Amino acid sequence: MLLSLAIFLPIVCGGLLLAIGRDDQKHAVRWLALVAAVASFLVTLPLIHLFDTTTAAMQFVENQPWIERFNINYHLGVDGISMWFVPLTAFITVIVVISAWEVIETRVNQYMGAFLILSGLMVGVFSALDGMLFYVFFEATLIPMYIIIGVWGGANRVYAAFKFFLYTLAGSLLMLVALLYLYYQCNLVNGVGSFDIQTWHKLPLSGTVQTYLFFAFLAAFSVKVPMWPVHTWLPDAHVEAPTGGSVVLAAIMLKLGCYGFLRFSLPIAPDAAHQWSWLIIALSLIAVVYIGLVALVQKDMKKLVAYSSIAHMGFVTLGFFIFNELGVSGGLVQMIAHGFVSGAMFLCIGVLYDRVHSREIAAYGGVVNTMPKFAAFAVFFGMANCGLPATAGFVGEWLVILGTVQFNFWLGGVAATALVFGAAYTLWMIKRVYFGDIANDDVRALTDINSREFLMLALLAVATLYMGLYPKPFTDVMHESVTELLKHVALSKIPA
Amino acid sequence: MNDMNWLAIYPEILLLVMGCVVALADLWVTDEQRRPTYWLTQLTLVVVGGMHFAYFDAGVTTYAMQNMVVADPMGHLLAGFACLATLITLVYARPYAASRDMLKGELFILSLFSLLGINVMLSANNFLVGFLLYGLSMMYGATGSLTIPEVFDVISKGIPNKSVLVFGTVFVVAGLAFKLGAAPFHMWVPDVYQGAPTAVTLLIGGAPKLAAFAITVRLLVEGMIGLAVDWQQMLVVLSVMSLLIGNLAAIAQSNLKRMLAYSTIANMGFMLLGMTSGVVNDNTLSASNAYSAAMFYAVTYVLTTLGTFGMIILLSRQGHEAEEIKDLAGLAKRSPWFALVMAIFMFSLAGLPPTVGFYAKLAVLQALVSTGLPFYLWLAGFAVVVSLIGAFYYLRVVKVMFFDAPTDMAPLAAPGDVRFVMTLNGAAVLVFGLLPSGLLELCKVAIRQALAT
Repeated sequence: MLLSLAIFLPIVCGGLLLAIGRDDQKHAVRWLALVAAVASFLVTLPLIHLFDTTTAAMQFVENQPWIERFNINYHLGVDGISMWFVPLTAFITVIVVISAWEVIETRVNQYMGAFLILSGLMVGVFSALDGMLFYVFFEATLIPMYIIIGVWGGANRVYAAFKFFLYTLAGSLLMLVALLYLYYQCNLVNGVGSFDIQTWHKLPLSGTVQTYLFFAFLAAFSVKVPMWPVHTWLPDAHVEAPTGGSVVLAAIMLKLGCYGFLRFSLPIAPDAAHQWSWLIIALSLIAVVYIGLVALVQKDMKKLVAYSSIAHMGFVTLGFFIFNELGVSGGLVQMIAHGFVSGAMFLCIGVLYDRVHSREIAAYGGVVNTMPKFAAFAVFFGMANCGLPATAGFVGEWLVILGTVQFNFWLGGVAATALVFGAAYTLWMIKRVYFGDIANDDVRALTDINSREFLMLALLAVATLYMGLYPKPFTDVMHESVTELLKHVALSKIPA
Repeated sequence: MNDMNWLAIYPEILLLVMGCVVALADLWVTDEQRRPTYWLTQLTLVVVGGMHFAYFDAGVTTYAMQNMVVADPMGHLLAGFACLATLITLVYARPYAASRDMLKGELFILSLFSLLGINVMLSANNFLVGFLLYGLSMMYGATGSLTIPEVFDVISKGIPNKSVLVFGTVFVVAGLAFKLGAAPFHMWVPDVYQGAPTAVTLLIGGAPKLAAFAITVRLLVEGMIGLAVDWQQMLVVLSVMSLLIGNLAAIAQSNLKRMLAYSTIANMGFMLLGMTSGVVNDNTLSASNAYSAAMFYAVTYVLTTLGTFGMIILLSRQGHEAEEIKDLAGLAKRSPWFALVMAIFMFSLAGLPPTVGFYAKLAVLQALVSTGLPFYLWLAGFAVVVSLIGAFYYLRVVKVMFFDAPTDMAPLAAPGDVRFVMTLNGAAVLVFGLLPSGLLELCKVAIRQALAT
């Protein structure tokens, strides 16, 4: 019941807000949304406490027939790979609600409702064990995000919303055909069609079929991650989305794609994954190096952080496709850490934007003089973004680089350059925005963060620091499931 | 089997009688709103629909009127839905017609008689349906019969003159394509949909699609399953063309009714795709799977279409038609509730979960992929790519409603019953999306029994 609660509590609350909220009761709507978000977060906490780290099996399983005609089940469960993303999603939603407090003035109930519904849907993606249920949640997340970008976004919001929607839909429709093909294969092999993901993991598949499936899944997940060269929707979406939209996009939505690789591509088509791993590794390294350079020349802060997200996601996919435990769990840790850090980076930009209404780096300078408390947070998150030890950003990158060196020394060397680029673009931006003399009257007129902004940044700072200093609770949860996954992927599924 | 068997056609007789009663009664009605005849019509629809659903529940197949008519569960289920669709149509149409001085008793009488026509088509067991006459005369020449089972017998026993028969099939399929509005026989659809008053568009675009589907099944599946290889190829061509023409032309439209007309063409193409995978390698194992997918598609499509055209009616008022896409601008500010309902319809037509349109597309795609043949896999891939094109113009409507500023701040003029039924209509599209199992089963049962007889 816990997972169902984590999915449907925010969805129902969001639906209620849509139905009853009116624009003349903004204050009540905000408090209701906050209560709903916090309650939705609290119900995910027992998952962490009750999680059994000694097994790779699915936990908190719920299984009910849903659409009997196609043997589709309402089948939920989490293992070490997916568990952390459930509380992470709910946590980020709390932050988003706080961040929108005085900032969103129009259609507050729709804004809050959309984020709550989105939160529940994303939890659904992470906990679905039925392929079609996964697909339903995966696709349904597009609708609230489309509305969020389009209604509350910046000047070019319509273009960004369409690009986001159609890019992602194009990828996932190919995955739909792949899911249907797997159902048909189940029917051939087992005599009964099934959308059960764990059944698919055991399904023998010929090499050609695996290759087709692998690329169909790649189409869906590479767009979502996003990987070079299908990343171009992300900078547009990030720049135009309201702050909350950017935070959720970077912190959670990108992870849906990464998660898909571990849940579908690797275990369902292991032979194809090995065969084509060179391609993914190459694309990942291009993302890390080339996109890192692209980030360096950005003039818009949000674009810079968007490109930095793509580069960080390159690390994650790299870690997954070198097939060792350091790499895979490093990638997972990086996913969680990036959730905290990139979310915080976008919040910082939001704080500045709310005051000056510009995202241009050149519009700022010397912010530390007028906003010392805020600058401290911003510099801290900047450090975490370039992977400073003792922050969350460090752990994942370090594990992936270790794993890559184990796999191939020279590839490890290339991957490690990311640390240099990451430091370069992040620190250079920080220097130009925060340090130096006060650049103009706008900056002189800035007021430091209020207690609401302090609270949301402090929550994320604590999480970032905790994960950097003591990552063991995270890696412990992953260990068994990752080992099991790698054992499974090492075996061929091609029928003899 | 050779008697009249009146019991099987009680609903049609009742419909006929009530049509006449309403026509007569209307002569004495002086009320501007024509309440007495309106409610009498709706009551008739409820009773007739109820009878059909009860017959469906009983699950028996009977022949009547000396085998001219077959009353089977599929026919009854679709007839029940057709009654429901007509009922919803009239709820939407009444205030629209009233404010345009079109509310005469004829609206109700014609609705009832058109429904009667639909019911007859649903249960026709004989080829004399007129619009297919030329093709059917060839069928007659080749098989010597106009009774569907007898034609079926002749075809399955070995074919006397295959080329004439296939040629006849071409005309039959073309006639059906006209009826469905599938390309390249779609030219009438955009003009009629756009040109007719919206209330009439509803009457044309809703319930008759169910009849067109049923007659497709009756003629092609029950009558000519032996020629499936031939007509399936034709349907593939029709559906590919419909999907392309419908989706591409819809992008260019600025008139909402015309856009929805092209969307109808595309949707009929998708539904026909479901009809193409029933017989694979001379094997009819997948037939019930494929045809029930198409049936589910037709039923849910009608449900959504009623909503979209009903929404145009709901937004219109005296002297204002609200049929341009830009008339929807900023609807989310004027009426967040109905903007949400319309968005649900649009996402359903685009085939996005969790709306019912997704499961309709899923069912058809599943039927294609389950054949396991590369040709059908490519067809599924093609269908998926054109749905992506389709998503664009449905999304544009959502964009106009939610992202654009309103140009017209007049409050909605629609009366309470229209608002209520519209809300139910939207809720149905969403609820059948969350829990599609029941409706999928109904369609499967209906098709199974239709195939078994």
